[in-house]
Amino acid sequence: MTSVIRIAAVSKRFGPSTAVDDVTLDIRENEFLALLGASGCGKTTLLRLIAGLEQPDSGAIFIGGDNMTGTPPYARPVNMMFQSYALFPHMTVADNVAFGLKQDGISGAALTARVKEALEGVELETLGTRKPDQLSGGQRQRVALARCLAKRPKVLLLDEPMAALDKHLRERTQLELMALRARLGITFVVVTHDQSEAMAMADRVAVMEEGRILQVAPPRELYERPANARVARFFGDINLWDAAAAPRRPHPAGIVAIRPERIHMSRTPGSDTVCEGTVADVAYLGTASTCFVTTTTGLTVRVLVRSDEGAPPFTPGERVYLTWPASAMMALDP
Amino acid sequence: MIGTAWHRRIVLALPWLWTGLFFLLPFAFVLKISFSEAALSVPPYSDFFAYAGGAIVGLKANLANYQLLLSDALYVKAYLSSVKIGAIATFITLLLGYPMAYAIARAAPQRRNVFLVLVMLPFWTSFLIRIYAWMGLLRPTGLINSALLSLGVIDEPLLLLNTPFAVYLGIVYAYLPFMVLPLYARLEKLDPALLEAAADLGAKPWRAFLGVTLPLSRPGILAGCLLVFIPAVGEFVIPELLGGPNTLMIGKVLWSEFFSNRDWPMASALTVVLLVLLVAPIMLLQARREDAP
Ligand SMILES: Nc1ncnc2c1ncn2[C@@H]1O[C@H](COP(=O)(O)OP(=O)(O)OP(=O)(O)O)[C@@H](O)[C@H]1O
Ligand SMILES: [Mg+2]
Repeated sequence: MTSVIRIAAVSKRFGPSTAVDDVTLDIRENEFLALLGASGCGKTTLLRLIAGLEQPDSGAIFIGGDNMTGTPPYARPVNMMFQSYALFPHMTVADNVAFGLKQDGISGAALTARVKEALEGVELETLGTRKPDQLSGGQRQRVALARCLAKRPKVLLLDEPMAALDKHLRERTQLELMALRARLGITFVVVTHDQSEAMAMADRVAVMEEGRILQVAPPRELYERPANARVARFFGDINLWDAAAAPRRPHPAGIVAIRPERIHMSRTPGSDTVCEGTVADVAYLGTASTCFVTTTTGLTVRVLVRSDEGAPPFTPGERVYLTWPASAMMALDP
Repeated sequence: MIGTAWHRRIVLALPWLWTGLFFLLPFAFVLKISFSEAALSVPPYSDFFAYAGGAIVGLKANLANYQLLLSDALYVKAYLSSVKIGAIATFITLLLGYPMAYAIARAAPQRRNVFLVLVMLPFWTSFLIRIYAWMGLLRPTGLINSALLSLGVIDEPLLLLNTPFAVYLGIVYAYLPFMVLPLYARLEKLDPALLEAAADLGAKPWRAFLGVTLPLSRPGILAGCLLVFIPAVGEFVIPELLGGPNTLMIGKVLWSEFFSNRDWPMASALTVVLLVLLVAPIMLLQARREDAP
């Protein structure tokens, strides 16, 4: 696969703080890439660098093979959907969508057709004459999306597209975005700080921390083979132990990690029991519960127990025996 | 809760009280005088009401002032010339004020207040003194001419004072802050993300300006233009001191009717017409703005 965007050793500083720190990243043609990271880690800044709204202090950005470092935003074949949507309040929905097309010299019947097509794509064809302040949050988000899609960009950049939506609408929009991507064949780069959103939608996820990219990989790989403990912590629940204190001690140093769902817990000891302990706390999650077990060596172990396992639920204070296959343990750098 | 309701009613009544006491009541007097005749008495106009045995029995509405006003070319010309001067001066003020307001709104937040204070600084000295200062600058023997003469740029003094140029200069100078402030208030609120979105959608800076910044600052432009145009049309001091005898503006005509001719009724009629001329377009604009969604 060819890369449609190449970010080569790009850094961006704001005064003393470094928002993007020596980032190198290839975004492939037609992929759905999620930029994931905690607040303030530089996700928006990286997106703005690609859009040309910020200029890098060092490094270069290639789009479609051309060096676009220093090219102003209006000359780049990418479009960005802003977190605030940034709809033009004085224009109707249709005029908002038409704005970008007019800049390309499209007019008359061709313009009308393209606007109609874009609005139909997000099921807003009946609201073309409304002003943005007459729309709901979800509808505004769709207008912003239609405004970008109408331009038929090579790459669509979305800054937390779902942040302002409620949970129900968020899930629906996720599905719609994925369907859109499949239909249009555009590269999507989506900023999010919600790891489940990133895992559900993306082909690959780039995990960022303090301006750096920790790992870029498909969600399954990130979950099963995180590059280090910081990435592992980002994706779901995990037990992270100092190797020296870990039961089974497969590795002499570093950090040992195991996912809570890989640990089996029972009330009776078996031949394969790794350690025993007492249930300290139980968090009921619906389909499963997370049990916090304190082992006889003083370690806290999170164990995921599915609700349909038949046995009566575990309660705090119970004596339990834990086991897991040695292959479930991962050795990680801190 | 009753207390709050009372409180609110008083607060709402205050602007009406103000308007009533200091605008409607005096205006009623002016309107009344405008329908009377000039007379050699104190006050120098005839009675509006007809009395009989101490009771008002009728009105002596005299429309002669208005008839004269509309038939005498001088008055009509004075109105037209005032509106023209006001409009041109307002336009120049807009051309100067817009970039200023834009620059202040785009400046670093901690410097904006400094710039705003600088814009308003002239108000700290009396308006009259500042206009006199301009007379000193523009005179044939004034600072500008002396400087240009001594530099050898010109051989004889330029005629600056007592010209239309001086009137425009005076109005633009005096009213510029009234243009800059509402424009600034509007531009400062403009979300920078909108311009970024415009650029991202392919708009070069000037197209983003025409398509986004300018339409969104329209209420500021409107407010600024009204704040400059209305007092500029009725301006007396600037055309009197800087424009010389050849500048025809309604404010000067009004002054001479009132003080030179002691024709209070005529001056009052002039005032009433001026007010109607100025208020009508504002009402129209206001109505249009309320129509807009
Ligand atoms: N224009 C700016 N001026 C100064 N500092 C900035 C600017 N933009 C971003 N920063 C700083 O750069 C860092 C990264 O910011 P950025 O907006 O990229 O974070 P983010 O990952 O998008 O966070 P969030 O999830 O909260 O949106 C932050 O520390 C921020 O304070
Ligand atoms: Mg952000």
